[in-house]
Amino acid sequence: MRDFRPVNLESLALPDPVISIKGLRMSYGSTEAVRGIDLEVERGEVFAFLGPNGAGKTTTVEILEGYRRRTGGEVSVLGEDPAGAGREWRERIGIVLQSGRLDPYLTVRESLDLYAGYFRNPRPTEDVIALIGLEGKADERASRLSGGQQRRLDVGMALIGDPELLFLDEPTTGFDPSARRQAWDVIAGLRDLGKTVFLTTHYMDEAQRLADRVTIIAAGQIVAQGTPEDLGERDAGETTIRYRSRGEEVVLRTKTPVKTLNELTSKALAGDEELEGLEVTRPSLEDVYLELTASSEAAE
Amino acid sequence: MNGLALVGHQFRYDQKAFWRNPASVFFTVMFPVILFLILAVVFSGEEVDVRGGIDATTYYVPAIMSLAIISATMQTLAMTLVIAREDGRLKRGRGTPMPPWVFIAGRVGNSIVVALMMLALLAAIGALFGADVPWGRLPAILLALVVGAASFCCLGIALTAAIPSQDAAAAIVNAMLLPLYFLSGVFIPEDQIPGGVLAFADLFPVRHFFDAFFDAYVPAGGSAVSWDNLAVVALWGVAGLLLAVRFFRWTPRSG
Repeated sequence: MRDFRPVNLESLALPDPVISIKGLRMSYGSTEAVRGIDLEVERGEVFAFLGPNGAGKTTTVEILEGYRRRTGGEVSVLGEDPAGAGREWRERIGIVLQSGRLDPYLTVRESLDLYAGYFRNPRPTEDVIALIGLEGKADERASRLSGGQQRRLDVGMALIGDPELLFLDEPTTGFDPSARRQAWDVIAGLRDLGKTVFLTTHYMDEAQRLADRVTIIAAGQIVAQGTPEDLGERDAGETTIRYRSRGEEVVLRTKTPVKTLNELTSKALAGDEELEGLEVTRPSLEDVYLELTASSEAAE
Repeated sequence: MNGLALVGHQFRYDQKAFWRNPASVFFTVMFPVILFLILAVVFSGEEVDVRGGIDATTYYVPAIMSLAIISATMQTLAMTLVIAREDGRLKRGRGTPMPPWVFIAGRVGNSIVVALMMLALLAAIGALFGADVPWGRLPAILLALVVGAASFCCLGIALTAAIPSQDAAAAIVNAMLLPLYFLSGVFIPEDQIPGGVLAFADLFPVRHFFDAFFDAYVPAGGSAVSWDNLAVVALWGVAGLLLAVRFFRWTPRSG
């Protein structure tokens, strides 16, 4: 008897996940930069790969981009092994390097037109200029752009081929706050276009602001994975309550903040007392991150 | 775009960037012209004792053309490719579907076109100083130019592998080429250079290229095509090509 199982057409059309890594290892001589990591990136998500300098982020992303050959493990990006992938595969990805400068003598439009020629079905140059918010600078040479504007052009050159998957390696390192915010707006816009984004960063606020999911790497190993909200069981951890009572600072830590707050405020109400400077906080992503990366480095 | 159309596309943007880059325009275009003008004025009326005696201006036209061709090819490629490599621009390009040979072909095409322009420009300026343009030898001149330009392009691309940083590029390229220009008779007429020095210069491609180009350009005596010199230049080119294929890198040395 044949088994007529219904076929899920959607799963045939889209090779999900977009990135799949199993047991990835990379050694340089006797040093192991990446020591067996597993991760998956789903279509349409912004995935943040967070870790301190030297944790193995750039090594990993360069293996995914096809620039480096791994020592061990399995890697699949858009259904292919990047180590052997060719021109067709490159039509579908976009790469923003950690420290890629631009041709100083070409204008914004020229740089984008040059790269558009490399792809079979490029996105119209004017669309990309609008996406990166450089309409007023289209005929300005790259050398006359600010650092933040140059980075946005860099992102534009990665977008011109209309890729399904975009790699961003530390896109805002060394930026001032306003340039970071501009770059973030562009990256946030990519999700609306339905792009899958693999973002490496060592800034917690960047991951928190942009990512659907965060993976933390330290010393070549993954130490935590989750959404920015629940990472490291941040949502289940202790809550800190602070206030001042008659000039004295009071700090309470509790796993049941609703109950504790109710008791506290009932008492205050009954005594007609105001809880001066009342503050209720959870551990920030930064606290979790520092704790996780510190413990892994201590284990070295 | 197919491969050739893509080379044309790449070439157009390489040309734009070349002419907007003050360093390229000065060292590749202005410097040979200024050098020729100085030499033509200083040595005007003097005779150089080669090929039974020729006018100094007639000597310096092919001499400075040789320098200009090497500068447009080897020097320009070595410098601009190292700068682009260390900027991460080569690495970015490698991340796109563009085939690597297209990029190199665009740059080589740019160099050869600039070399041809320098030939025309220096021939015109030389004519103002009374050095006749040898129209009848044009095929031989173009043959020497193409063999030399292609070979020095290969050498320039190979040389990038020995240049660790942007700052080192100009120093290394000039340290190699400037002494060879002196020893090979490009700056100082070869009748004033001791035979031993010329024999030493014969170990390197600059001297052979200058010899071949001189034979093509100066009508006085001999055949227009110096096959043996061109063969030596071409062998250097092939050696450069093999080294370039083996050692050229697309990613920055630093980081």
